[in-house]
Amino acid sequence: MNPLDILLLVPLAGFLLTLVLPKSGTGPIRVFALIISVVTFLMSAGIAIGYKSGVPGQQFVTDFVWIQNPNIHYHVGLDGLSLWLVVLTTFLTPIAVLLSWQSINKDIKPFFALLLLLEFALIGVFSALDLVIYYGFWELTLIPMYLFIGVWGSGSRTAATMKFFLYTFAGSVLMLAGIIFLADRAGTTNYSAVLEAVNSGKLALSSTEELLLFLGFFLAFAIKLALFPLHTWLPSAYASAPAAATMMLAAVMAKMGTYSIMRFCLPLFPSAARRCATVIIVLAIISIIYGALVALVQPNIKRLVAYSSMSHIGFVVLGIFSFTQLGLDGAVYQMLCHGVTTGCLFVMIGFLSHRRPTLEIADYSGLATSAPWFSTAFLIATLASIGLPLLNNFVGEFLILQGAAQAYFPYAIWAALGVILSACYMLWMYQRVFYGESRDAVPDMNVREWFCVAPLIAAMFWMGIGTQTFLPVISATNAKMLEQSRVNEPYRVKLGTEELIVRAR
Amino acid sequence: MPAELFPAGTMPPAEDILRILPEIILAGTATVLMVMVPLVKNRLSTLYGNISIVAMLAAMAAALYDLNITGMAFSNLLIVDRFATFFRVLVLAVGVVSVLSSYRFLSRDQVETGEYHALLLFSLSGQCLMVAANSLVMIFIGLEISSIATYILCGYLRDDKRANESALKYFLLGSFATAFFLYGVAIIYGATGSTNILDIRQSLTSGAPPSAAMVGVAMALMFVGLAFKVSGAPFQIWAPDVYQGAPTPVTAFMSAAPKAAAFAIFIRIFMTAFQSDSGTWEPMVWLSALLSMTIGNFAALMQNNVKRMMAYSSIAHAGYVLVALAARSEIGTASAMFYLAAYACMNLGVFAVVVHLSGKGERHLSLDDFSGLAQRQPLTAGLLTILLLSLVGVPLTGGFFGKFYIFKAALQSNLVWLTVLGLLNSAVAAYYYLRLVVLMYMREPGEVTRDLEPLPLTLQAALVLPVIGTFALGIFPGSLIWFVNQSTLLAR
Repeated sequence: MNPLDILLLVPLAGFLLTLVLPKSGTGPIRVFALIISVVTFLMSAGIAIGYKSGVPGQQFVTDFVWIQNPNIHYHVGLDGLSLWLVVLTTFLTPIAVLLSWQSINKDIKPFFALLLLLEFALIGVFSALDLVIYYGFWELTLIPMYLFIGVWGSGSRTAATMKFFLYTFAGSVLMLAGIIFLADRAGTTNYSAVLEAVNSGKLALSSTEELLLFLGFFLAFAIKLALFPLHTWLPSAYASAPAAATMMLAAVMAKMGTYSIMRFCLPLFPSAARRCATVIIVLAIISIIYGALVALVQPNIKRLVAYSSMSHIGFVVLGIFSFTQLGLDGAVYQMLCHGVTTGCLFVMIGFLSHRRPTLEIADYSGLATSAPWFSTAFLIATLASIGLPLLNNFVGEFLILQGAAQAYFPYAIWAALGVILSACYMLWMYQRVFYGESRDAVPDMNVREWFCVAPLIAAMFWMGIGTQTFLPVISATNAKMLEQSRVNEPYRVKLGTEELIVRAR
Repeated sequence: MPAELFPAGTMPPAEDILRILPEIILAGTATVLMVMVPLVKNRLSTLYGNISIVAMLAAMAAALYDLNITGMAFSNLLIVDRFATFFRVLVLAVGVVSVLSSYRFLSRDQVETGEYHALLLFSLSGQCLMVAANSLVMIFIGLEISSIATYILCGYLRDDKRANESALKYFLLGSFATAFFLYGVAIIYGATGSTNILDIRQSLTSGAPPSAAMVGVAMALMFVGLAFKVSGAPFQIWAPDVYQGAPTPVTAFMSAAPKAAAFAIFIRIFMTAFQSDSGTWEPMVWLSALLSMTIGNFAALMQNNVKRMMAYSSIAHAGYVLVALAARSEIGTASAMFYLAAYACMNLGVFAVVVHLSGKGERHLSLDDFSGLAQRQPLTAGLLTILLLSLVGVPLTGGFFGKFYIFKAALQSNLVWLTVLGLLNSAVAAYYYLRLVVLMYMREPGEVTRDLEPLPLTLQAALVLPVIGTFALGIFPGSLIWFVNQSTLLAR
């Protein structure tokens, strides 16, 4: 059994065991969930250390036939694209457990069980290499999140959770249609075999078929990552979800969309991706600027960070569809940075809502006086989010802008506008909440809270300074993907008798 | 002619008897139960139910034994093949679970048990007969045995107005539909000179086929009759009223067993006898599939009564199976078989919970009555959620693979539009199934769930068995897929 299988098994076993733990012992349940999630994180760290960088292919692969006909494999593996996302998931899950330590006070057992189920499903999404298995994990992530928002959420939680589920489910059934089509044509759903068939020309798709398949997949992913104009589920879901769920939603689940675009859309349908690139980039830039502008006028801290999250994810999409090595590297890097930074912001917002029942900016003032450490930590996260050098987001956004500029310079200019706006709304919010006249005292950080925030802040600095820990692995995988799919090279299109050469841009 | 088939004093061969052993067991036991009714003092005795479960299991064993002696029986009137065995076992399994969920209902509402179980057995024997029939006349006889018993079961609560309405509606409309079917049989007999499915097939593929118009009319008439039986649009109007009025365990039974059997003869007739004319009947099935899915799902969105909602849901699921038939391929047939098995599992489990919640006289059937079930009985709510997710088509459940195979078959036959519309339909369906989950988990307990008795043992079994089936089909679908793929080679 390879380490990745065990990594999948541990949270699953944790989920099942939590369900059978006695209901009365709330303490043991939390401790158990924490132990399981920390063990999972340590194992994933071990996997990251054992991962051979510079080797672009899949590692830690398990592949066996699950169902003969139709040919479905249990096939999992990690490459430079998925490795760090798995680590991000396992890194954030213990923090989510700690974050929910006291703030969740009803139905504790199912909550922590579902948190472990979510971790299992997320690791599965990032490591699955069979289309049906992948789809299974993809849908499985919906169920815990649906319940988190609906059962433990606040405000209009039922409406929010229904909207969230139906939006995502409607998007993914079209992806299922695409998967069934590919399975039918390729005779298998094993992704490496499907990819091989597409690359070698054995599975020839007409340009209409390719475009429709691309759109079917892309729509599901665009909904998940909340690309404008498919983002309307996001504010209500983020605002209603309990703190830990919002954090997982923004920090990890949004990456399911961007990851899947890079995993499936570009390698399988390169020419359709090229055909749609301009439109998608325009939507990404609209996402960046629209998200930033809406964030600017939000009176609620959680909603503000929700829109800011949407704006930052726009950068990732821009990086992906620039089809340049720098843009793709930046996109992957930004996924991780966004996970850490936005994750940290939502964690601290969770702490804030635990201190005071409100999250309206107007209800706060001068927090820095009574809670200096809290304010400092929040400031670091804020600065990371707006892209201060030495902190993580700077690296990701810089690479993306560079890649976008290589593709077409005006893209970079428009996107850079988003960076400026992010400084405006974040600092303005920070100023209103933490500075000014102190109204009533709130307690500063306690030990448990430090355990949540300190690793995140450490990660921000590490990722801002020690980029070489992460980037080589990512670059090698991206380079291989670019080479195989030739998504960035000029290509020929037959138009009647003429042959046209289309450049990437 | 029977005089020639059975000259005086001779018995049919022993193998032929073995091949209808399941029907013999079921009908025999049913007769014994009827005789017992005046003799047993306690008219609410659970004895009848126990006996009929044993009979069903025995019939199932006999059906499985028949796999060793597949072939024609009684001068080609019956055909016992894997296909027939699959459906016999399926309807019998449905029967067992229906009996399990009937115990509680019968004792709670003080209903006489003897005839109830006898009727259930008769209905099953009709279904076992029709799925193994190789002659249109035998199919008709099986269909009638099954239907008449079901009509009575629908109106089994004599003093209940809704049950009376249900039975009368079902009976009148059902008789109409059977008449359509019979007209079709008569015309095809006129055109081909035979009621034997294989002979009809031969006649239609021979050098001098009968008049296309006559065959077309016959197909259309038979389609109407069968579409009624499977509640496919636009012949679905009866389903909501009948499902709502019938006693809940009967509704559960009706939505799974007679429906599966009707689909079986649908496949047998259209994929064997009329296969050569599949181009003619495909548009009918295509349209009916689309209409069923759309009408079923959109109407279900607006229901407040759980039985009505499940009735519309069953129309929608009939639509999915019709998609598989519209594929006109062996893979389509196999996927329809798989789906019917998965659907039987999920539906029976859901209805077991409805029996549990509805209370004496079935007063609590509104969706709101599910409020807060998760707080009171987390296990029941959890299992019901799994079944509902299977109905939505979430992976790791039988419902997911059912849809996967059906739409794979449809795409293979280039039914791209039907696939896309069908999958979008399943997203619509997610809304009303999840509404139940929302009520169970995200509302405070209402007056129904607050004083809910614990789940009785028989209902536990009626809930857990389908959940096991759903997971088995969702996680290890391999062996059943192998079997249904083996079974599609209908005797031709």
